[in-house]
Amino acid sequence: MRSFMVNDRPVTVDVPDEMPLLWVLRDELGLTGAKYGCGRSLCGACTVTVDGQPTRSCVTPVAAVDGKLVVTVEGLEADRTAAAVQDAWVRLAVVQCGYCQPGQIVSAVALLRANATPSDADIDAAMNGCVCRCGTYLRIRAAIHEAARVLAA
Amino acid sequence: LTRSRKRVAGADDAGRRRFLQHSGALTLGFYLSPTALLSGRALAQAPAAQSTPMVFEPNAFVRIRTDGSVTVIAKYLEMGQGVFTGLATLLAEELDADWNDVFVEGAPADVTRYINSALGMQGTGDSTSMASAWQQMRQAGATARAMLVAAAAQQWNVPIDSITVSNGVVAHLASERRTRFGFLTPAAAALPVPATVTLKDPAQFKLIGSPLLGRKDSRAKTRGSALFTQDLKLPDMLIAVAAHPVRFGASVTSFDATAAKAIPGVVDVVQFPGDAYRPGGVAALAANTWIAKQGRDALQIQWDESQASHAGSDDILARYRSLAQLPAATDTAAASTAAPDPVASTTAAAGTAAPAAPLPVSVARSSGDASVFRSGQLQWVEALYELPYLAHAALEPMNCLVQLTTQDVSIWNGEQLQTADQQAIGKFLGMAPEQVHITPLYAGGSFGRRGNPHADYVLEAVAIAQAAAAAGHRVPIKLVWTREDDMHAGYYRPAFVHAIRAGLDASGALVAWQQRSVGQSVLAGSPFASQISDGVDPSSVEGSAEPYPIANLRIELITPTDVGVPVQWWRAAGHSHTAFATECMIDELACAAGSDPYRFRRGLLASQPRALAVLDLAARRAGWGSPLTANGPQDRRGRGIALHVSFGTCVAEVAEITVGPAGRLQVDRIVCAVDCGMPINPNVIIAQLQGAIAYGLAATLTQAITLVDGVVQQDNFDRYMPLRMAQMPPIEVFIVPSRAAPTGVGDVGTPPIAPAIVNAVFDATGQRIRRLPLAAQVAGVLT
Repeated sequence: MRSFMVNDRPVTVDVPDEMPLLWVLRDELGLTGAKYGCGRSLCGACTVTVDGQPTRSCVTPVAAVDGKLVVTVEGLEADRTAAAVQDAWVRLAVVQCGYCQPGQIVSAVALLRANATPSDADIDAAMNGCVCRCGTYLRIRAAIHEAARVLAA
Repeated sequence: LTRSRKRVAGADDAGRRRFLQHSGALTLGFYLSPTALLSGRALAQAPAAQSTPMVFEPNAFVRIRTDGSVTVIAKYLEMGQGVFTGLATLLAEELDADWNDVFVEGAPADVTRYINSALGMQGTGDSTSMASAWQQMRQAGATARAMLVAAAAQQWNVPIDSITVSNGVVAHLASERRTRFGFLTPAAAALPVPATVTLKDPAQFKLIGSPLLGRKDSRAKTRGSALFTQDLKLPDMLIAVAAHPVRFGASVTSFDATAAKAIPGVVDVVQFPGDAYRPGGVAALAANTWIAKQGRDALQIQWDESQASHAGSDDILARYRSLAQLPAATDTAAASTAAPDPVASTTAAAGTAAPAAPLPVSVARSSGDASVFRSGQLQWVEALYELPYLAHAALEPMNCLVQLTTQDVSIWNGEQLQTADQQAIGKFLGMAPEQVHITPLYAGGSFGRRGNPHADYVLEAVAIAQAAAAAGHRVPIKLVWTREDDMHAGYYRPAFVHAIRAGLDASGALVAWQQRSVGQSVLAGSPFASQISDGVDPSSVEGSAEPYPIANLRIELITPTDVGVPVQWWRAAGHSHTAFATECMIDELACAAGSDPYRFRRGLLASQPRALAVLDLAARRAGWGSPLTANGPQDRRGRGIALHVSFGTCVAEVAEITVGPAGRLQVDRIVCAVDCGMPINPNVIIAQLQGAIAYGLAATLTQAITLVDGVVQQDNFDRYMPLRMAQMPPIEVFIVPSRAAPTGVGDVGTPPIAPAIVNAVFDATGQRIRRLPLAAQVAGVLT
């Protein structure tokens, strides 16, 4: 049995300790925002934050988040930074297939919380682990800058 | 064109008949539409389908409810290309709807209503969506508008032509009366569907061509609420993770599931059959995907490899190179009909080096005088171009949800080829295609993969569901492939070798082009095989030597049938390899003619104003001819250009690159020009071109699927590397203004990028690269 917070909700799950957090979220808790893309921390589609740190949930055993706060894309709804990021994403028409975007959004929000005015190089460094096969990178970069401007205003 | 118009009219007639049948039976002409019924039963995704059953549905493509919401029924798969937004734009334009009231829903499988006139079936592909829906969706919108206007005229007792519609508001300005669509739907639904409608003059367009129109799927996809097959969960559903053979062609001899079944949470293990185009295997079932994978990994399976392929990709390409050898210039065998096959060692029975029979040479295109190919008067340039197998590697690995009953079967899937999949599933289960219900979900990318010509992963899901039902599990079954399953499953872009000999006359004009292409057929053995004509699969040769007018032309094709690696169309299908060979050779010819690559192409395209305009636009915006400044003393910079026409759309791309110390290659900038007819959504077009270039860049630089002794060497994104953000160059896209009918944009950005990069490497270094990917030949690529 492992207990932790997911978004604003305390949860207790009875699953093997080594089950990756991704599958606990998706298949046990019904939170399907975080996506499976590679299972080996190579694509970033599964990114959530654990105590504020961007984390690849596909390689994080559930035991490792015991007692911690996990935030998924679903938990970003009411947050000011997240709203700025999501609005910028919509305004700049970033998404294509959309499958990677929850991981991109969670990573972008974590970046802006740590660095309110990221440079292109900062963005590349923070986002390089999030693969987009549709190739939306230029708009992701522009949307992060846009969100930073909105948040600074 | 005639064919397409006829089909569109037929679909409209069918819509009208259904409307009249239903409206005759129900008060005020309302009825619960079949699509609403299906989605209502399927999942609660359709907006309020059951709570507000009163719907004005003048045709198969639009439903307007009393709350004023306009639901556009999208017959094409949204896999990222923006087709939901594009289809809605066309319909809403003619309806004069308020864009904010417009919602989009995927259409069920129903070929009578949702045929793609360009493909002759229901399905999405070949960048046909906007071209084939251009008239149909606008007519559907105009029809609904005409009925709403007629209803308002009737209610207000004013002439029809005194009514205006704008942003979802219907008005009679003289009497200052206004109303919204929702209030008119009961009256509109009681009216007959007009036989003809008048479409707007393009000058009146408000939505079509607007750079401000956002995508309809943006909000859900940024919130994580957009529903992919990976996300859909039905009550009692079990996840199936399947074990496949390591080598293509192997089958299950026996298996031991003891260890798998001992894992807590593994519900059962079932064996499922394969067919000639799909391996059978064994699947573990569990409510949790990870548990199912643990179960699958614990299976002990004995495989029968007597029919397995031991092909190695190096051997395959070596054989292709040998087969592609063109007859020497002095050889009278220029019109040969068979090519000697060098080796039999790549065939299924490894090591049995029996002499192989010659392979037939088919002629795909031929014009002019064949004797020119033996002319000693021409300056000949000869080269051989080589491209590897490629995986699609959509970020959502293949998956499919199946609910089987004794009467029918329901499928939830990022569904790309409804009609073919219905037929394949119906045949497998002994059902009629109409008993196969398909609900489309968003696809997390496809790049062609979800439209498998043999319905491979869809049939696998059905086969597992059938085996599960036989074992007593009559529950929804979702097949989920891991990334490794997806990458190992085959259906790659076929490897190809193109040998080209081209001749310049004394003035440097291109007058002869002889090409021999070698590669597997995608269509052979599939329901699409009837498109193969005289031994030529059009998807093997499309785009070769195009769009250049060449007086003496001969394009030959050799199609090995014994290779044993499953192949499928990839982004831009055959153009993905033919454009590389063509545009590299054009560059080599320019060099041989002592001409600038851009000006050489200009000369060839003098009679083709559209292509010329695209080429000029790309060159001008790129600053073709201006000096490139190097950052460091050891940097060598270069510029390359390529142009290609695919699916009716012309694209030119200029690449700027730097080859740094130790040969490190960096892509600095891409400039792209496109003529896709009338731009429906410029913002989506730019995104598609940028994305297609990024997709093609990864394949240009590093990607290849290789096989050693029949075993695929790439498992995941570490050895099959996608482009990442830090590698994404600036990509500037410029759209040629046009009033011509729109053509596709999903595929077209990919073909020119590889030759543009390779031509830029030549400009920088003088090194001609004729084989993809670059990684093995230019040091430091993407490291």
